[in-house]
Amino acid sequence: MTRLPLSYPAALLIAVVAVLPVAVLFALSDAPQDLLGQRNLGLLWNTALLTLCTVAGAVLIGVPLALLTAFVRLPLGGVWLVLLAAPLALPSYIGAFTFYAAFGPGGEINNVFGFATPSAQGLVGASVVMALYTYPFVLMTTRSALLNQDASLVNAARTLGLSLPACLWRVVLPRARNGIAAGALLAALYALSDFATPAIMGLDTFTRAIYVEYNAFGLGQAALLSLQLLVVVGLVLFLESRVQVTRERPGRSLVLWPRPWQVGAIGFAVAPICLLALALPLALFSLWLLRDGGGYFDFALAWNSLQASLLAALVAALVALPVAYAAMAGRFGRILERTTYLGFGIPGIVMGTALVYIGLQLSFLYQTLALLVVAYVMRFLPLAVGSIRATAESMDASLVKAARVLGAGRGEVFRRVTLPLTRRGVIAGAALVFLEAMRELPATLLLAPTGFETLATYLWRVYEAGYFGRAAVPGLLLILMSALGLALMLSGEGRARPDFFKDNTA
Amino acid sequence: MLRVSNISVDYGATRVVDDFSLQLAADEIVMLVGPTGCGKTTILQAIAGLVPIATGSVALNDWSASPARPVPTEKRNVGMVFQDFALFPHLSVEQNVAFRLDDPAPAQHWLERLGLAALRRARPERLSGGQKQRVALARALAHGPALMLLDEPLSNLDAALKDSLRWEIRNALKAAGVPAIWVTHDQQEALSVGDRLGILRDGRLQQLDTPQRCYTLPHNRFVAGFLGEASFLPARLRAGRAVTALGEVPASAVDDASGEVELLVRPDDCSMTTAGNAGAGNGEVRSLSYEGGSWLYTVALDDGAAIQVRTSHESRIDSGSRVTLQLTSTHPLAAYANGSAGAPG
Repeated sequence: MTRLPLSYPAALLIAVVAVLPVAVLFALSDAPQDLLGQRNLGLLWNTALLTLCTVAGAVLIGVPLALLTAFVRLPLGGVWLVLLAAPLALPSYIGAFTFYAAFGPGGEINNVFGFATPSAQGLVGASVVMALYTYPFVLMTTRSALLNQDASLVNAARTLGLSLPACLWRVVLPRARNGIAAGALLAALYALSDFATPAIMGLDTFTRAIYVEYNAFGLGQAALLSLQLLVVVGLVLFLESRVQVTRERPGRSLVLWPRPWQVGAIGFAVAPICLLALALPLALFSLWLLRDGGGYFDFALAWNSLQASLLAALVAALVALPVAYAAMAGRFGRILERTTYLGFGIPGIVMGTALVYIGLQLSFLYQTLALLVVAYVMRFLPLAVGSIRATAESMDASLVKAARVLGAGRGEVFRRVTLPLTRRGVIAGAALVFLEAMRELPATLLLAPTGFETLATYLWRVYEAGYFGRAAVPGLLLILMSALGLALMLSGEGRARPDFFKDNTA
Repeated sequence: MLRVSNISVDYGATRVVDDFSLQLAADEIVMLVGPTGCGKTTILQAIAGLVPIATGSVALNDWSASPARPVPTEKRNVGMVFQDFALFPHLSVEQNVAFRLDDPAPAQHWLERLGLAALRRARPERLSGGQKQRVALARALAHGPALMLLDEPLSNLDAALKDSLRWEIRNALKAAGVPAIWVTHDQQEALSVGDRLGILRDGRLQQLDTPQRCYTLPHNRFVAGFLGEASFLPARLRAGRAVTALGEVPASAVDDASGEVELLVRPDDCSMTTAGNAGAGNGEVRSLSYEGGSWLYTVALDDGAAIQVRTSHESRIDSGSRVTLQLTSTHPLAAYANGSAGAPG
């Protein structure tokens, strides 16, 4: 009865492939020289500073919004949550790009309204953009922790004479600490890995430096920087693994009914966030579309994006199946699954660097669509695995036993019970991979075959060339893709990354 | 015929089933009962091959499984009814019942027999608890098992439904002529439905006998207490009779008890009358609870023992009243050696 699970060999192979990029970076990297030199320390300093500022901003925005969406019964409650979570679905380069174009002397705000604004650039610009697009991590993890809390503790504290704000500070928030930490670490991970925001804002972080080295044919240097960045990422991942979200005894959560003027005040306070993170990109792209029209746009780009992302989604779904089933079969399978999660932690620019080198070694892969698809699959595989596992684990374990007692062998159980019941998870996982791949920028920049532009890389070229008006159509298409992704996540099917969408109160 | 010989099951370092043996006659129903965590569900899973056994063997008609030579679950031809029913949510009632059948006739037979014909196209999530239970039973029976295993089949249903379904399941099993092991934690169910009854504690079988003998002559005090209200009364045992403060009755020693013993007294083994003024009678009512058809009293005897007594619902005796208790039992009462506190024999 303790036969080896059938999924293990395939999962083992996939796990080995997942480790390959890191191994390649070691092989490729220049010997470390001057690790404590001024340039290296500068990069580290900038990266750390950006990460810290991002986390601080994300927590300052995310925690109050979590309290708001968890406890306050607002009219149209679900809409507030969707709007406030929406920035999570947008790639931050859309935000960085629009901030860059909108602010400063000669920016679009100056053009349209006539008053000058400070330009968005450097550490401040990058931190503001990053915080605006990462606070939903904190919002969602904190909210889920808050909703787990039983209102009776707050009620008890209030009968003991504590005011409501004091209750929130002394009773509620301390118990949500782990939820806040989980979200903050996700935001930190995002800030470390993001390529486009610091690049557009002109802040020298590891990701930007790797791209610069790559363009200067310094692949060895790029690999060395990549390894240094991976060490920092590894540190954050380690901290993340230490944070355990505690489950409290389920109960009724606190509900507060605001008065009409309070609803107005809340709306007024929340509006700037939605305006900057959501309305600004939409308005800017629409403005450019009206001004310049869309005639320049070659829809072959959209087809390229579609083609590469569809392939990635298909391959990821197929590859994710054995990994997900191995993870459920036993402890060794869990380890294999964890290994494939490596790709999610590897920043896109690092993955790109590693695979460029593999392409140079294996000439049949060099400059092919296949290599790009491999990069997408390796990066986003955990989304598909997580989605399949979430559906498979919610499946009643006695169903498999029931089928076996009725005389079905393992293959038949898989075909007739497990697979049909996890199909939704497979499809949702593939869709998540598709949407992520559509928006992926850094790995695509490095790996796309010559002349193969996607929506995201086109947007990047537009930024580099300074023809902002031409960003309208690809920008709007990318926002549309993001909206679809958000809808998918909220529909409760894609529970891979956003564990925190789990409570379906919306 | 099922023959379970000396099986043990380990979960890691913990032994959850220890040296369990059982043989089943052609269409016999054996009830297994015990407190939560006593290993009763594990025994079913071990017989079905869903958990490995550490020692012993399980044999049924044409196969025999041992730790060294396990037989896969799907080759065992056993039927199982799960506590949570385990109906395949993506299949209709009919598809569930005919899951692995080439010939749909048995499925039709059992659907009709259990009153499910009108629901054959329904999805499991639309069914009520009782209907799900019937579908689960029909599915197991339609596949023609050589043995049925029922894992607390009624525990997720409400009380009124339990009573009727209990008999429906028993009749269906008898009609199919399939032997069955039925696990429950409900003592009423355990005493009423099965042909034989096994009581488990901490993974060990305490007693396996007819329900009547288990109730009146429990092997030990644990079994006595688990199957119903049990009071223990000091007595002197001599030649099949016990002399107590409440009179003399026939008695039977369970362990090697003799001389000074303790007698198992069920609430209906003695009568109670009010004893007028203070000082009269042989005890005082400590508490009483109303059960609908009867009253259950706890009486503190003057010599220290506490006895539970059941009387008809017509008379009520207030707490604190003096009463006279009298043993009225004509069947032998079980006698235990002093201080043999519930330890397994």
